[in-house]
Amino acid sequence: MSAPTGPTSPSFLPLQIEALVKRFGQVTAVNDITLELRGGECLGLLGPNGAGKSTLIRSIVGRVVPDAGRVAVFGSPANSVAARAALGWVPQELALYPRLTCKENLESFGRYHGLAGTGLREAVAWCLDWASLKDRATELTKNLSGGMRRRLNMAAGIIHRPKLVLMDEPTVGVDPQSRNRIFEMIEKLHAEGTAIIYTTHYMEEAERLCDRVAIVDHGRIIALGTNQELVENAFASRSQVLARFSSSVGVVSAWVEHRGGRLVDSTAEFTVERPTEIASLLDDATRAGLEVVDVSLRRPNLESVFLHLTGRELRD
Amino acid sequence: MILPIIRTALVSLRRDRAALALSFILPITFFSIFAVIFGGRRDTIPKITVIVVDEDKSHTSQRLVKGLEREGSLVIRTRPASKNKNVQLPEFTAATAEAAVKAGDAPVALILPRGFGENPISFRGDQDRPTIQLLSDSSDIVAWQMVSGLLQKVAMTSMPDVMAEQGSKYADQFVGGLTTEQRKRMDVGLEQLRRRENAETGTGENAGGDAPSTGGIIAVKTRAVVGENKDNPMVSFYAAAIGVMFLLFTASGASGSLLDEAESGTLERVLSSRVTMTTLLAGKLVFNTLLAFSQLVVMFVWAWAVFKLDFLDHIPGFVVMGVCTSLAVGAFGMLLASICRTRAQLGALSTLVILIMSSVGGSMFPRFLMPEAMQKAGLLTINAWAIDGFTKVFWRDEPVSHLWPQVSVLLGIGVVLFAIARRIAHRWESV
Repeated sequence: MSAPTGPTSPSFLPLQIEALVKRFGQVTAVNDITLELRGGECLGLLGPNGAGKSTLIRSIVGRVVPDAGRVAVFGSPANSVAARAALGWVPQELALYPRLTCKENLESFGRYHGLAGTGLREAVAWCLDWASLKDRATELTKNLSGGMRRRLNMAAGIIHRPKLVLMDEPTVGVDPQSRNRIFEMIEKLHAEGTAIIYTTHYMEEAERLCDRVAIVDHGRIIALGTNQELVENAFASRSQVLARFSSSVGVVSAWVEHRGGRLVDSTAEFTVERPTEIASLLDDATRAGLEVVDVSLRRPNLESVFLHLTGRELRD
Repeated sequence: MILPIIRTALVSLRRDRAALALSFILPITFFSIFAVIFGGRRDTIPKITVIVVDEDKSHTSQRLVKGLEREGSLVIRTRPASKNKNVQLPEFTAATAEAAVKAGDAPVALILPRGFGENPISFRGDQDRPTIQLLSDSSDIVAWQMVSGLLQKVAMTSMPDVMAEQGSKYADQFVGGLTTEQRKRMDVGLEQLRRRENAETGTGENAGGDAPSTGGIIAVKTRAVVGENKDNPMVSFYAAAIGVMFLLFTASGASGSLLDEAESGTLERVLSSRVTMTTLLAGKLVFNTLLAFSQLVVMFVWAWAVFKLDFLDHIPGFVVMGVCTSLAVGAFGMLLASICRTRAQLGALSTLVILIMSSVGGSMFPRFLMPEAMQKAGLLTINAWAIDGFTKVFWRDEPVSHLWPQVSVLLGIGVVLFAIARRIAHRWESV
């Protein structure tokens, strides 16, 4: 195997997806998705479990053969030699050799990507440093903590320093401290100009890491843009009022529905044009016999956008 | 509380179909195989092929040959089998018969020497009269002893007049006139018979080497023409037989890494790199082959060090057979792994298939002692070809060039099984 080549041409976008469709029997996992990723951009795929995010990622990697549409990585078809060399994949599963040490795992995946000699040694050293695993280099993977394994899983995906990295929910099952460390790793990669596709069903991750977010539901992209664009498109200048009541759920639910709001986890949500509308809302609640516990006003976020667009919570 | 435990175990077993199948199918399968080998109908008992060279061509020697031919448990061959039924090959000579035994065509050859008919039977074990030579392949520890016994029986049953005539001669010789001298000689003769009887009871027959048999009315000199210089004759057979069986288990276990990798997602990640499925499988095949070969080396070196197997003089043949066997076994492991969906399935299937192959193929019980149909069925297994090849090398001291049938078949098995495994592995490439 020769040394890895870089992207096929800098004039091509890191990723172009056109009208992609993938069906599994009667289920359409990816339904006519068209998407572009710009150089150095971090694009979030935000959606609940089963929305089709992983199938989309696997189509880009070439592990899934689409029923229709086209995927190009720096202009090369998915699963071509050039595309494989240009992209790195961090799968959701811990795809590592448990009986190999951290260093041996990285060396193995480096060799699979065509690295050898000094290039391989340097890449392994860089990855261990990036993943903060230098002091664990000779530790067997099976003996690592969950967070360390996650970081090693990420490092194994970028050992060949690809210009496009696909990360499929890399923080699943990770404690908050390790999650922060993973965020720092991704931010460092992003700062170096690597284009990233980051799938998650955590709104706060997408908000923190991604330049743009594509909201995916039932195999379709239902909204695409920056955080601000998505919120403005969905809510314009409106704000959200969140109120909790001590009354029975049945009474509260009927009143919230009557006022055109939603009841989510015992909290009533309303969209208002102006903050001054809060007073009339509370007056109406009092007249309906409800006892207010607390009230807050907030700008809508991605979760609000998702709820607004689908009528469901993101974690459904 | 015992009942819920039984119930849980029962439900778990029912859900684990592989384990359930193993629990019932495996015992039945093995019972059937061994029932066919050991407990089958009478006509399934293997017959012993005996090459007979009649150098005497006398009336007596021909009657003895005919008597042997009438024995249901023997197949008498006086000339090599011809591929063309219309062409009859010349009869065996002492030299060609010995070569045929060495080549494994028959486990026993009998040479009836010139002059045999003039004095075929002796109650005294005369050393100077013509003696039948029994050439044996001592890897078959049963055949030569059985033929030796049957030869005496046939002499008694097929030549009663010769017996009577000889008896009369002895009567004339020993009791005619009953003079003092005759009485003396008779006493001496009886004393000799008694001494011989005592000696035989104490030592038994000689299994190998040159040894005239004095236990029968026909003088037979038994000579092991194969394995006569071996310190421990059956070691090479068992090193190969047991070795191949465990090689199969190791190879299927090693190939199971493919299923582990598929389950953990590592396989997908590897296939998303520059590694293709063909490269991956080829890499695993080479690893399996090297692992299997290393096992064979360890096994045979152990046999050399502990059981005095003549390993050092057979290294070229061992390497050829070892590599071919290891390749076939490695590809077999790859095939099993590609067929199965989970490790549990692989464990169940490999146990079933390997134990069947090992029992039919001669790893548990020498094939030459099996019924002919079972011997032929054994040729469908890697075990049989590997054992045959190693036997040629270590037992028959045959040159490497004689291994071509085993080498061809084992390499062919390796290539074909790998090609099938590659085709089945397509399911992992993309969906």
